[in-house]
Amino acid sequence: MISSFERHGAMEKKKPVVLVNERYCKGCHICVEFCPTSVFEMRGFTAVVKNPEACIACMQCELRCPDFAVTVSQ
Amino acid sequence: MGFDYGKYIRPGKLPHIWCPGCGHGIVMKGLIRAIDSVGFSKDMTSIVSGIGCASRLPGYVDFCTLHTTHGRGVAFATGIKMAKPEMNVICVGGDGDGVAIGGNHFIHACRRNIDITYLIMNNNIYGMTGGQFSPTTPTGAKASTTPYGNPDPPFDIAKLAIGAGATFVARGTAFHAAQIDKLLAEAMRHKGFSVVEILDSCPTTYGRRNKYKSVIEMMNHLKDVAVPLSAAEKMTAEQLRGKVITGVLYKENKPEYASEYRKLVERVQAG
Ligand SMILES: Cc1ncc(C[n+]2csc(CCOP(=O)(O)OP(=O)(O)O)c2C)c(N)n1
Ligand code: SF4
Ligand code: SF4
Ligand code: SF4
Ligand SMILES: [Mg+2]
Repeated sequence: MISSFERHGAMEKKKPVVLVNERYCKGCHICVEFCPTSVFEMRGFTAVVKNPEACIACMQCELRCPDFAVTVSQ
Repeated sequence: MGFDYGKYIRPGKLPHIWCPGCGHGIVMKGLIRAIDSVGFSKDMTSIVSGIGCASRLPGYVDFCTLHTTHGRGVAFATGIKMAKPEMNVICVGGDGDGVAIGGNHFIHACRRNIDITYLIMNNNIYGMTGGQFSPTTPTGAKASTTPYGNPDPPFDIAKLAIGAGATFVARGTAFHAAQIDKLLAEAMRHKGFSVVEILDSCPTTYGRRNKYKSVIEMMNHLKDVAVPLSAAEKMTAEQLRGKVITGVLYKENKPEYASEYRKLVERVQAG
């Protein structure tokens, strides 16, 4: 169990949340290739978030996705 | 926190029609960020295009848009600017649209220096119709109409624009995504005919026929050929062979056509 104190600490760090909209993703691999910390992998024809913890919020994926499919929020 | 594209995209229009990895989507995002950064309102901004994959762009964005006939985007945009000079007029299209069938409209808009921002998404091919060569297809490259390699030398769109009289000329690439909005924003702020060429990628009809194994290879090619103007100035002609210079290549202040025309009308009416 996480104490409320720890939870507060985790909130303060503001972990980025990476989402792939699978209705828009066309599986071009751009996010998989250009993410510097290998957050994504391909599953079939769609990119999925495999390592959310590794995200450094550099925004490369959101900037480069041609299909408006990736969002990164904090 | 990322950029909220949603407020500029027409509801229900996504996913767009462009193929997986087509650079046009990356360029459209840059255009949206640029308009947002200069603060042009939806009602006072007109986005015009001709025909082609690139020319499908206006259908997705929530501005005053006009999808016209092949090669004629610049002519329609000229009409809008002349009738309503207070509008921010942006024309978009592909290399085929802009410098093949529309080449004549293009050079004369440059010559007049009418206040329009013209975004050319140059993927070196006619994407929409299945990969015929365009005036920017590199010599030796394969297209459906040049199966043995293209014998023609290509146009340099930026040089063509400068030679024809455009007063703002810039070039970027779909790989250098963060630069696209900067170049377009500067072009929109410039009063006169502003040409922004973005080197783009068509993995479906160009990449497959040529040496590119994937979307990523095409993106990395754009990364490798681009040399920023500041770096290019320190390089020899030999070092620059096969490279493409990017950034703001030309800027000049000259009388703008729609304003000059208004002045003429006022002078004649005053008698
Ligand atoms: C008058 C006329 N001629 C030819 C066509 C067929 N046509 C449609 S799009 C196109 C070329 C588009 O190439 P480009 O402007 O480079 O756009 P891309 O599809 O590569 O983005 C052609 C020749 C047409 N629609 N109208
Ligand atoms: S860049 Fe976008 S479209 Fe391409 S695989 Fe990633 S999420 Fe999908
Ligand atoms: S923001 Fe950067 S680190 Fe995070 S997923 Fe996107 S590309 Fe990877
Ligand atoms: S044919 Fe080429 S230019 Fe047209 S959408 Fe597909 S990749 Fe893009
Ligand atoms: Mg083209």
